[in-house]
Amino acid sequence: MCTMIAQQVSINGSGKAGEGWFRLDTASVSYDHPFDMPLEYTLNLDFTKQAGNPGARVAVELDAASARKLVEVIQEVMKIAEDGGFVS
Amino acid sequence: MYTTDQYEGMLAETVVLPGYHADLINAYFARPLGQGPFPGMVLIHHLPGWDEWYRETARKFAAHGFVTLCPNLYFRDGHGTPEDVAARVRGAGSVSDEQVLGDIGAALEMVLASPYVNGKVGLFGTCSGGRHAYLCACRIPGFSAAVDCWGGRVVMTPQELTPKQPVAPVDYTADLSCPVLGIFGNDDQSPTPEQVDQLEEALKRHGKSYEFHRYDGAGHGFFYHNRPNYCQEQAVDGWNKVFAFLDKTLKGA
Repeated sequence: MCTMIAQQVSINGSGKAGEGWFRLDTASVSYDHPFDMPLEYTLNLDFTKQAGNPGARVAVELDAASARKLVEVIQEVMKIAEDGGFVS
Repeated sequence: MYTTDQYEGMLAETVVLPGYHADLINAYFARPLGQGPFPGMVLIHHLPGWDEWYRETARKFAAHGFVTLCPNLYFRDGHGTPEDVAARVRGAGSVSDEQVLGDIGAALEMVLASPYVNGKVGLFGTCSGGRHAYLCACRIPGFSAAVDCWGGRVVMTPQELTPKQPVAPVDYTADLSCPVLGIFGNDDQSPTPEQVDQLEEALKRHGKSYEFHRYDGAGHGFFYHNRPNYCQEQAVDGWNKVFAFLDKTLKGA
């Protein structure tokens, strides 16, 4: 988009959208104009299956504070899970 | 200017054209009814996609007397809602400048070949489409006017260059072959007022014909009536500037 601040990473997971659950293989992370949030810029997460049609997408648009909070919480949860021996 | 005693009619539909590498892509086409001759316009959509705002805008140009073609630059990335397709392109780092040049050059040829066109064709683009409009006005001979609305990354640092965007459009300014209208918001972060200054300096240095309008109280995308950044007063004045510029350059008014 306008900022071109975007990165992609391969992932392994499942996501749910209008068509139900499907396997995810790619996450795109960008900081650019949102489609829906009433802000000029947001942190955008697109979880997709690259071989699927463009509609195979789980989309999230977050304001900057929410994005930072989410990263922290994910790290905290993963640490608790690792410390508890749940992550191999 | 429209008056209430005038006949008005238009044709608007999806068409197909051979774009870059002769790939068949679709495009939205809107034109006034009648023999003309009418001036032409090529619209370059923004990175949020080949969306409803651009189809509306194509019809707006047709209502103002322009034969208008808006190619789908994301045709090769699959089909779905404009948002889903645009999100895929965003994740892939956009489309290449080379591909855009091929698609827009083909659109110019198609409009020029229309029997009801007067031989003059302009360019209009917003956001990334504003950047592409400036790039195409420099790299494709044959356009008679270009409108760059808040095109970000026309001025780029070396660190911002990518394989898909290997040259900053401002660096092609010496090759600019038509007058340019620039519409910018002074609160925009891409382009910043300082980047607009740099673009203006390049146009002056190369002796190019240009007209810039910079609006206080407006940021990025202030024409978009479906987004919170819409600014009514600035947008109305900006649209008036757009059509005055195109009437002068393409209709000879």
